[in-house]
Amino acid sequence: MSFVLSEDQQMLRDTAMAFARDEMPVTRLRELRDGGANGVDADTRGKLAELGFFGVLVPEEHDGVGLGMVAMGQIMEAQGRTIAATPLLQSAVLSASTLILGGSEAQKAEWLPKIASGEATMAVAVDEGTHHAPLNIATEAERNGQGYTLNGAKRYVTDGHHADAFIVAARTFGEAGQAHGISLFLIPSDANGLTVQALNTVDSHGAAHLHLEDVAVGEDHVIGAVDAGWEILEPALDRGRIALAAEALGSAQAAFDMTLEYLQTRKQFGQLIGSFQSLQHRAAKMFTELELTRSCIAAALSGVDENRNDIAELASLAKAKASDLIHLVSNETVQFHGGIGMTDAHDSGLYMKRARVQEALLGGASYHRDRYAKLNGF
Amino acid sequence: MAFDAPEELDDFRTEVRDWLEANCPASMRTPMKDDEIVWGGKREKFKNPDSKVWLERMGDKGWTAPEWPAEYGGGGLNKAQARVLQQELRRIRARPALFSFGLWMFGPALLEFGNDEQKKRFIPDIVKGKTRWCQGYSEPGAGSDLAGLQTKCEDQGDHWLINGQKVWTSYADQADWIFCLVRTDKTVKHEGISFLVFDMETEGVEARPIKLISGSSPFCETFFTDVKVPKDQLVGKLNGGWTIAKRLLQFERSSISAGGFGGTGGSGILPPQEYAKQHVGVDETGRVSDGDLRARITEHLMYAKAFSFTVQRSTEEAKAGQEVGHTASIMKYAAAKMNQDKCELLVEALGTDGLGWDGDGFAEDAKKATRGWLRSKGNSIEGGTSEINLNVVAKRVLGLRDHQ
Repeated sequence: MSFVLSEDQQMLRDTAMAFARDEMPVTRLRELRDGGANGVDADTRGKLAELGFFGVLVPEEHDGVGLGMVAMGQIMEAQGRTIAATPLLQSAVLSASTLILGGSEAQKAEWLPKIASGEATMAVAVDEGTHHAPLNIATEAERNGQGYTLNGAKRYVTDGHHADAFIVAARTFGEAGQAHGISLFLIPSDANGLTVQALNTVDSHGAAHLHLEDVAVGEDHVIGAVDAGWEILEPALDRGRIALAAEALGSAQAAFDMTLEYLQTRKQFGQLIGSFQSLQHRAAKMFTELELTRSCIAAALSGVDENRNDIAELASLAKAKASDLIHLVSNETVQFHGGIGMTDAHDSGLYMKRARVQEALLGGASYHRDRYAKLNGF
Repeated sequence: MAFDAPEELDDFRTEVRDWLEANCPASMRTPMKDDEIVWGGKREKFKNPDSKVWLERMGDKGWTAPEWPAEYGGGGLNKAQARVLQQELRRIRARPALFSFGLWMFGPALLEFGNDEQKKRFIPDIVKGKTRWCQGYSEPGAGSDLAGLQTKCEDQGDHWLINGQKVWTSYADQADWIFCLVRTDKTVKHEGISFLVFDMETEGVEARPIKLISGSSPFCETFFTDVKVPKDQLVGKLNGGWTIAKRLLQFERSSISAGGFGGTGGSGILPPQEYAKQHVGVDETGRVSDGDLRARITEHLMYAKAFSFTVQRSTEEAKAGQEVGHTASIMKYAAAKMNQDKCELLVEALGTDGLGWDGDGFAEDAKKATRGWLRSKGNSIEGGTSEINLNVVAKRVLGLRDHQ
């Protein structure tokens, strides 16, 4: 496990941080929101693609740069700093990982170069209820001659409202709750019978419900083996969880920095409010949590690149710690700012709204504590 | 420098290995027992006779203090050699030959601030474990505000005259000598403190053990009534003691956060989830059936994992030459919280089995967990309270200012 970046990784981090600061600052999210773009930003997406950020996990043979998860984590952390709306998590991490881990040669050859170049974005659609429960797949895929017919619904698919294609988890056998019987299907967004219902979400990033009514796909649209999709889906979700944890860390660090600056400038009772011990101690505790969480995320990112066998545990640790961290820091950011923190003009509200989405997606702290305990035998 | 050549380091390893094979008694290669720890000094009983042999042999080599200069009885090893020695000791699972505040705290400070005569006089007996040292820092009126200490030290021409009281003096009733902070100037605060050492058998010194809530008495209150101390036992400059005190506190804090908390380590106490499984039970899916307790245990395990990753990260960052002040400063606070949370969970998971005191009817590990839980309450008080540590983080790391 490595906790220190290589020179190349450090350079990439610097580039990503500068890009987030200059090209997708929080004011950009406000513009998108106020212009009704619902988190869709073709312009920024094009610039991210030019930098090669969509292809960081994609191997060179499929036109990516194959730099791995530590590198991807730096980009996610950077986008978290400015709570930018990009399809990186869905397309460059979740979809790319699913295809890399389980796609056929033909599927990889068709989709990975498109993902890497940013020409297409993809989204993985798993959850059907309001809480992350990836085994609870009830959407049915029925064998139908040369292919499958899908019926069901998916909820709150982030970036689903502008994805070009989906990877849909559906059941070919068994019942909700079972791992065996889950299969993964590649479904273009213009497929007959697929309705994409765009959602206006609290974080202004947007998302979509998917409704599948007799959506027919060929056999060549199955990713991995029929009934054994879980073997691909679970490790792909873990990569997504780790990347999302890195994003949340970036948001928490930015919100904390903003709060610290306020403590050093705002005066009450003739004193800087940062000189009050009750606030100092809360700031010091937040800093402690930031540092502890940063270590967990670094461990998980490098754990994937080293192909360790405890990635599930590392992912749940990273996501649980990051969820708790961003919850704490986003709330304290509003409270420390007082009245100004309640106004739309100030950024603290935007961080808090995005925080709740980061927490809920791919499993919150309670989901990952439960999973961590199970993995540890109790 | 020549020693750093790989082949010479290999020769050194062979030499160490042969020496340990011939000199480390078999019983010193078994896990340490609580009552066989050797603290040295005149009162040391050596419950296990092998531990006496082991200390003498290690002390003669200077290997109780491998990197201290050989001219003062230390091992005189360079860093690479010291690492080899540590590796070889670990390989045969050798017990530490000596536990000692002299080795961990006073010795390093004396080597840095003492004069040559003082080093020649005190360091060799620390290395050999012949003198046991205690620390006279806190006073009834000077805890977190240590620099407010009042123990009076007057210049009487041919000697110093000490009057006052210390408290939380670890093992003062077992120690031979004390290193002590005293007030030599009342008109200023930090700049009026000096650092003295003296024999605990000097007339006018009295140490009374303090019984703690855990039932043990590792600390004393120590009284000084007209204690006469020779002039040459002042360490460093007159009124320059605070600099030494701060340096020494760093040695203390780093030895505490490096895992120095007593209570639950190596004592047969199981992790909290094991007691929860045994005493609370599991449901049909194997989960501990009290979901709330299970979640809190998991939260603690995650915190402990995050802590150990942060220790690794700060070690790697130090090796890579990055600044490590950030992570080091939060470690004492986090280590105290982690150990206290663990101790609370152990007692809670044991249920009424965790509420025994002594005698039959309670398992040994459960009684140790109970005593350890009570002892752990001191983790956030000793060596700088958690509140003081948070102040340090807020001011030195986050740059927040004092009240004007």
